[in-house]
Amino acid sequence: MSSTYGIIAVLAVAVGTMLVGAYGLRVSRTTSDFFVASRTVSPWWNASAIGGEYLSAASFVGIAGLIFAHGPDMLWFPVGYTAGYLVLLALVAAPLRRSGAYTLPDFAEARFGSAAVRAVASVLALGIGWLYLLPQLQGAGLTLHTLTGAPDWVGALLVAVVVTANVISGGMRSITFVQAFQYWLKLTAIAVPVVFLVMAWQAHGARDLTGPELPVFPRDTTVSFDTDTSVHVDRPVVFHGAGAVDGLRVNGARVLEEGDHAIAAGSRLVFPEGAAVPRMSSIPFNTNETWALPTRDGEGFPLYAVYSLIIATFLGTMGLPHVIVRFYTNPNGRAARRTTLIVLAMLGVFYLMPPIYGALGRLYVPELLMTGDTDAVVLVLPGRVVDGLGGQLLGALVAGGAFAAFLSTSSGLMVSLAGVLSRDVLRQRDVRGFRVSTVLAVLVPLGMTWLVGKVPVADMVGLAFAVAASSLCPLLVLGIWSTRVSTVGAVAGMLAGGVPALVAGLVTISAGGGNVFLARPAAWTVPLGFVVMYVVSLMTPRKVPPGVNHVMVRLHAPENLGLRSQDRL
Amino acid sequence: MTTPERPPGAQPPPTQRVVVTSPRTRAPRAPRPYPASREIDEQSDLGAVYMRSLIRTQRRLGLLLCAVVCGSVAGLPLVFALAPAVAAQRLFGLPLPWLLLGGLVFPVFVGAGWFYVRQAERGEREFAELVERS
Repeated sequence: MSSTYGIIAVLAVAVGTMLVGAYGLRVSRTTSDFFVASRTVSPWWNASAIGGEYLSAASFVGIAGLIFAHGPDMLWFPVGYTAGYLVLLALVAAPLRRSGAYTLPDFAEARFGSAAVRAVASVLALGIGWLYLLPQLQGAGLTLHTLTGAPDWVGALLVAVVVTANVISGGMRSITFVQAFQYWLKLTAIAVPVVFLVMAWQAHGARDLTGPELPVFPRDTTVSFDTDTSVHVDRPVVFHGAGAVDGLRVNGARVLEEGDHAIAAGSRLVFPEGAAVPRMSSIPFNTNETWALPTRDGEGFPLYAVYSLIIATFLGTMGLPHVIVRFYTNPNGRAARRTTLIVLAMLGVFYLMPPIYGALGRLYVPELLMTGDTDAVVLVLPGRVVDGLGGQLLGALVAGGAFAAFLSTSSGLMVSLAGVLSRDVLRQRDVRGFRVSTVLAVLVPLGMTWLVGKVPVADMVGLAFAVAASSLCPLLVLGIWSTRVSTVGAVAGMLAGGVPALVAGLVTISAGGGNVFLARPAAWTVPLGFVVMYVVSLMTPRKVPPGVNHVMVRLHAPENLGLRSQDRL
Repeated sequence: MTTPERPPGAQPPPTQRVVVTSPRTRAPRAPRPYPASREIDEQSDLGAVYMRSLIRTQRRLGLLLCAVVCGSVAGLPLVFALAPAVAAQRLFGLPLPWLLLGGLVFPVFVGAGWFYVRQAERGEREFAELVERS
């Protein structure tokens, strides 16, 4: 693919983001502007901003890549990300807004009036935020690398700089404009190419996507390997090219027999049209027919894993710090509900697109199954399906959209992290404290991208969801709907759910795989968090915060009653 | 007002004069010594009863919605696993799992959300009327 247009698109998005941010700066003056945009954001603006912020790298490139490699089981990611908002709407949205707090730790304090609960919530919010920010930066590196061949750290640094500059200059007000702009940019960037992709597929004869054969190279294809790759060959294939296969130097034509083969980094191998595509060893064997069906229990992605994923995404959304902070920018609880409803619709429209990329990728860019760069399917596909300048422009559009995804999610995370850092760690509640915190908030994950190796984007995001669902979700749901939760119970529940989820996830990531109960812990850590929080609370009734009824009035009574209990900041 | 029973086919009774009374709206209404909003504010037992009823209604609505919608969606993997023939069905040329998970669930979510917002706002409106009327 041509990189020139792609680079122009990425730069245009970066510059456009700065410009929109600068426009926001002109209207951003007070501390309240910085933290919550002075709570004057209308439902449509706010919903666009939430959509822009929520549709991260995982949504824009990750889901299509997962579907491309693993089939319809991965559709549970977009379904879960959307259903998470439905749960949020039904259980949390309006009371959370009415709590009148700025950040999640503020909610913890408003509800429980306890420094301990607040401290645990702060640590969890920071941890989850950083877990989520890390894959965004890595994803940006991957995108720039796919476009230009630049080293991975360039993209991460570019995102970090643009976002930090924006957040420092304008805070929440400016970010709200940026995020709203980026939702529509992302939707355009993923939807417009889909129209052309489907038209081109029809024009090419609408080949069957679910035939009983293996994916085949649609034309003579040069496959470049950036890293040492272990591939599995299901049908013997003749190739030529230069590189090293199974430790032997290759120069010229050779047969790759059935079985596992190691291909060295730097190899460039050319495969003939019509040959069955070898697959990276970690991707399961599937003909297009078996790929298109949900797997049955016991094969690779068992039923337990599906349910764990469902629990983590359905309940984890409400615990993500950058999602929660957005609700505070609504003018009242009623607007918070309406905003969430609009977000549901916006997410639904967006998530119609990635599966189409994943499915068409099997026909047009199957070599990604061999290199394992499945996350690149969205980026590469338009240029491969649509010929000539049109394909290049569509490719550039997608690249710009992907970059917008990294920028907006990172911005949202940075605002929420900086909010927590400045209020709970630095204890400086002014604009300067917010700016210092922003820099701190980005330096940690940026450092982590150098420390940890390449971790699949979806795994890190999945871990963040699992931890959020097991710790902050019980805090929010039980805290809002039950008057019996005690401070001891709240702390115990958050730790009992969050710590095992985090440890299990980190063990899996550092070991590079392993037991499914550890890799997808949500199915047991979430019930654990809820049960421990409630049972410990029942055992410590004297630790129930004294003003709980007063707080409940504030959380639940409609604002138009003019209750004095609801007078707030 | 109840209508007295009369045999079918009988003539309607002659119209009657009814005295309609109304409060003299010009005159200030005697203020209730304790409006409900004040009961709520002052954390009296009565106020707590009001709030508990609101919270219970809203909690039931939210949990019911989550249970019905998320529960039925979350039942799909089990259906696909237990009855692979269902998963292999095709509708409009698309395999059923793709059609359901890739498209149809989203309008269902939005519809459920719309229903919830309507019901939740109705609950709050009724609560507000109850409090203001008393």
